Amino acid sequence: MTALATALRRPADAIVSDRLFLIASRLAALAVIVIALAILSPHFLTWSNGMNVLRQASLQFLMAAGLTLVVLTGGIDLSVGAVLGLAACLGASFLNSGNITLGVAAALAAGLACGAVNGIVVSYIHVPPFIATYGMLWIAHGIGYVFMKGEVIYGFPPLFRAIGTGFTGPIPTAVIVAGLVLAALHLTLHRTVLGRSLYAIGGNANAARLSGMPVRRRVFYAYALSGLLAGFAGIVVIARTNAADAGLGEDLLLPAIAAVCLGGTSLLGGIGGIVGTAVGSLILALVVNGLNLLSVNTYWQPFAMGVIIIVSVLADERVARGSAGGMQA
Amino acid sequence: MTGPVTASAPGASALRDALRHTPGAIYLLVVLFLGLGIASPHFLTAHNLVNIALQAAVVTIIALGMTLVILTEGIDLSLGPVLGLSGVVAALLMVRGITLPAALLAAVAVAIVFGGLNGFLVAYMELPPFIVTLGTFGMATSLAMALTEGNSVTGLPAEIRWFNEGALIGIPVPIWATALLFLLTLVLLHRTRFGRYVYAIGGNRRALMLSGVHFRLYHTGVYIYAAVLAALASFVMTARTNSAHPTIGIGFEFDAIAAVILGGTSFVGGRGGLTGTVGGALAVATLRNGLNLLSIPAEWQVAAVGIVIILAVAFDSWRGLDA
Repeated sequence: MTALATALRRPADAIVSDRLFLIASRLAALAVIVIALAILSPHFLTWSNGMNVLRQASLQFLMAAGLTLVVLTGGIDLSVGAVLGLAACLGASFLNSGNITLGVAAALAAGLACGAVNGIVVSYIHVPPFIATYGMLWIAHGIGYVFMKGEVIYGFPPLFRAIGTGFTGPIPTAVIVAGLVLAALHLTLHRTVLGRSLYAIGGNANAARLSGMPVRRRVFYAYALSGLLAGFAGIVVIARTNAADAGLGEDLLLPAIAAVCLGGTSLLGGIGGIVGTAVGSLILALVVNGLNLLSVNTYWQPFAMGVIIIVSVLADERVARGSAGGMQA
Repeated sequence: MTGPVTASAPGASALRDALRHTPGAIYLLVVLFLGLGIASPHFLTAHNLVNIALQAAVVTIIALGMTLVILTEGIDLSLGPVLGLSGVVAALLMVRGITLPAALLAAVAVAIVFGGLNGFLVAYMELPPFIVTLGTFGMATSLAMALTEGNSVTGLPAEIRWFNEGALIGIPVPIWATALLFLLTLVLLHRTRFGRYVYAIGGNRRALMLSGVHFRLYHTGVYIYAAVLAALASFVMTARTNSAHPTIGIGFEFDAIAAVILGGTSFVGGRGGLTGTVGGALAVATLRNGLNLLSIPAEWQVAAVGIVIILAVAFDSWRGLDA
């Protein structure tokens, strides 16, 4: 697949026009959704709802941020939701006893550990990424259920909850946290050796290997970071919801993948970036907010996510391959 | 295989070759039978072995279709939710007085729609299978939940029970169904143009394209066939629990993938087959049965299947068989 996809990679001018299509289509989607919701619901264009959407978009972004790094390498991490859930549960058990530092550390460590296992299995044992991480999905899920024994942990220290619910000036703290993560990851992707090599590996893993890049180790880092960021997202999510249970991450995989696809990061790897994922998260948060304002039953949210994933991938991959007239094996 | 070289006789290398190409499922089955036979007095009883076969039936039926999909270098994550949705649709119709055969047709129609959508997007639009089927995973889950508002459909007519409790010549219906569908799929795969294309789409799609063969319709057909098998499996599932639950299918796609991989079908190059898959499904069912006998909670069982899949692929790549 990679060799063929690489052979069909487009010339530079085609990539520029793809970028134009990407930016224009996302701005159009944002405009259409905002105008439609402004007409359909009187509650949409209010300050508090705006901040609500931004906060939701920030949580959504944190869940999809690590996944973006993995997708850039041409891989996939189907375990992000489950790892987020497991990390949140482990963290919550410490938070509940009043120890914020230990709780945060436990969640981050759990996320990093799951991500590192994914990285080892994909990078060094050569298990296809969607199999390895789908396996991890059920493993993390299983550990979470056994650990929680069907119980819910709730009621965290107010100082901790501030990350998810508090305001810094007029801006929700979660938005500022997401903004910092966005800036850090953007700099990592564009100004560090690791970041540039993630693009190089996704663009052409063979060329990267032949030019002496430690491909396996760098891919390992991508999965490990994905796990770590899922753990971090878990912390912010439970700070917002004030409760953790084993089923927490179950419904989070589809939105995370939808945010990345909506953001225009190609599933073939090498094209896209973290800013796109932030925009994708914002669109997704608007969609969910709109469904809620229009009192659509939450049962329909996976349906919406599924349609969004397929349509955005359909649009981008078709445009991407259009100029080359190519195929994808 | 780095054992000491005992003899240079041709028999030894033939044996080594045979061991190398034995699917991981066989090794796992041997280990499980020895281990569980010793660990639990209830394992090696006729009653329990029939139980394992019954448990394996649903997984095997789904895994037959999954084998074809994986042979085309694809994956179908939506088969579990499609099973759930087909079962719910059929059950809702039967509760409203529609006859069982008509409900069966409706379930199959639902599967054709989802399989057709998957196949169209993969074969004609050339999108990555795992992303397409993850999208339809969400769509089928939503529909099943919305139709039932998250509740089980109960109060089904008594004749549905036949799919689980019925027997012909002393053999339970689920086992008959599995055997017949296995033979049907075997004939399709090895005696028809459809089957040759399944192997060719995975093994040498470039050649198919360059030779101008119209394979995309067949490629779509693979996803439709897999979804229809999932719909048929939903009847065995509904009969077993005497109800249809919207999320009952979720996770079955995972057991089916495990069965296919353990059965030695490769994710690249169109290599593998159905016989191995049956072995794989038996291994997964035996593993779950054993964990049940040892009173290990259901959630651990799922984790165990995940670990076994990863170990199986790792074992194959260590043996020099590509994953």
